[in-house]
Amino acid sequence: MAGLSNKIMIEMLKELIEIRRFEEKAVRLYKAGEIRGYLHPCIGQEAVPVGACQAIGKKDYVISNHRGHGHCIARGADMAKMMAELFGKSTGYCKGRGGSMHIVDMGLKILGGNGIVGGGIPISVGAGLSCKMEGKGNVVACFFGDGATNNGVFHESLNMAAIFKLPVIYICENNMYAISMRSTDSVACKDVGKRSCAYGIAGYIIDGSDPVEVYNAVKKAVGHARDGRGPSLIEAKTYRFYGHHPNDPAEYRGKEEVEYYISEKDPVANFKGRLFEEKIITEKEIERIESGVDKKIKGAVTFASESPEPELDKFLEEIEQI
Amino acid sequence: MREIQYREAIREAIVEEMDRDSKVFLIGEDIGVYGGAFKAYKGLLDKYGPDRVINTPISETAIIGAGIGAALTGYRPIAEIMFIDFAALAMDQIANQAAKIHFMSGGRLNVPLVIRTQGGVGRGLATQHSQSLEAWFYHIPGLKVVMPATPYDVKGLLKTAIRDNSPVMFIEHKMIYPVRGAVPEEEYTIPFGKADIKRKGEDITIFAYSNMVLKSLEAAEELEREGISCEVVDPRTLVPLDIDKVINSVKKTGRLIIVSEACRRGSVASDISARVTERVFEHLKGPVKIVAGLDTPIPYNSTLEQASIPCKSDIIKAAKELL
Repeated sequence: MAGLSNKIMIEMLKELIEIRRFEEKAVRLYKAGEIRGYLHPCIGQEAVPVGACQAIGKKDYVISNHRGHGHCIARGADMAKMMAELFGKSTGYCKGRGGSMHIVDMGLKILGGNGIVGGGIPISVGAGLSCKMEGKGNVVACFFGDGATNNGVFHESLNMAAIFKLPVIYICENNMYAISMRSTDSVACKDVGKRSCAYGIAGYIIDGSDPVEVYNAVKKAVGHARDGRGPSLIEAKTYRFYGHHPNDPAEYRGKEEVEYYISEKDPVANFKGRLFEEKIITEKEIERIESGVDKKIKGAVTFASESPEPELDKFLEEIEQI
Repeated sequence: MREIQYREAIREAIVEEMDRDSKVFLIGEDIGVYGGAFKAYKGLLDKYGPDRVINTPISETAIIGAGIGAALTGYRPIAEIMFIDFAALAMDQIANQAAKIHFMSGGRLNVPLVIRTQGGVGRGLATQHSQSLEAWFYHIPGLKVVMPATPYDVKGLLKTAIRDNSPVMFIEHKMIYPVRGAVPEEEYTIPFGKADIKRKGEDITIFAYSNMVLKSLEAAEELEREGISCEVVDPRTLVPLDIDKVINSVKKTGRLIIVSEACRRGSVASDISARVTERVFEHLKGPVKIVAGLDTPIPYNSTLEQASIPCKSDIIKAAKELL
């Protein structure tokens, strides 16, 4: 399969399962009142972060968005520190100050999620400039949804990245809905990927439910960027299986449509089936992976719930200094 | 000591910092061959080349985003917004991104970004090129706000801004660019949060920043001839604010006039008034006076334009009313 070793494909399956199970757990904890605020699960979209993060290197940057847990996990983030952040604890990635949308890990070159749709896209221009100035061949993977591409920041940033030939891979996770608005109603040219033509950059329209297809497209774009040939725009068609957040019943979508994607385009089930059919993995190995992931997530929840709250005095002291 | 223009002092600060630190670069509209709308960057493209003097399309959001992204990944960009009025176009990147990233990352990320811009009335540039919008940024936790009034201050504060690890709104005033003032040849920096007593006095404290420092000094000069002694306190940086120096001056004089070009409603001036009143109410011999811009968009016509912001005689009138 496109030069990917069995070992890597099994690793990708593990990441898909990790993301799915992490999100499922987070939703349950949210509904139980353990997690507050906003939570945007990426259930159904796991193949995009997994394929993309496999295609970039350790020194490359990742810019995430409000639906960003998948990017962090696929990048190798510590799920315990992520869960602690969701719990608002001092041991969380942002010491309980950021929450679900703002997870940052500089060691993994994750420059953060974002609470503003499209907010990370202009920042990718700067990260790209910095990679270009450093001249070490590093690139930036910038993730956003279909909704963000209708915002002016998308135009300014892609235009600027294109004229400066910046090494940025723009990855649009088109899950077909910006909260409730269908992308077919909001994107004038229908396919986000076609917008690449306006900037004279490479464009891809791919099936975002297949991590290998995502990997191949991103790999190509990364090579292009490392060669100094500038940015690319990849539209990965995907689907979020549930609402915008756990309290959104997503009544704006037809039942048949949802059922189709869940039964036909589930990235986790499909990839699992494929590796099994191609005899890359046995059922027993899958079970072992799944129970390992469950154990890890259980440990993450225990860590999060047992971690201390941030210290109020310390917070007040810090803001006093500004 | 030699005297140079405010715009020359800016260029000197930038040259010194770019020579000192290869991570410092410039990005903005018309900053290349054109040298910047107010010519502060004249000659810098030739000196540093297009990799460090990055001329951009008219894309304020992407300019600030480029600054933030580069700052997060090890650089010290100076991003220029040609007129502070245009900051409205980049407000998400300034207020929701640059200002918040350090805090919301639990302190793990820094954004050492200088946003150089200029504001103010005075050249008949009308409503969308003449505003004083410092209150927007003063209001947002996470931003530092610098408003230098003299060539000496602009140079020392810009060098500090470039070395600071926080996003800094560096707000110049378009009428001060040609103004000359004493600037030493040798290197110096000015720390943030240190107000400067621009003139010593006994009867009234005048708190003023940016171009209003110059107008307040003229007013103080004239008042002195009438036997009224004014102390002009220039905070130089609004965030952080050296409120103690203002308080100490008010304790001495018992009277305070706050002069600000920005329109009064929701202004920095109102906030300073509240802070001082709260702290030294018992020392005040009269009400705190605010001499501020009118609550109007800035008109084009020169008479109307000048009437919409404080002038020397407004400050003199306020002083006399207090005594």
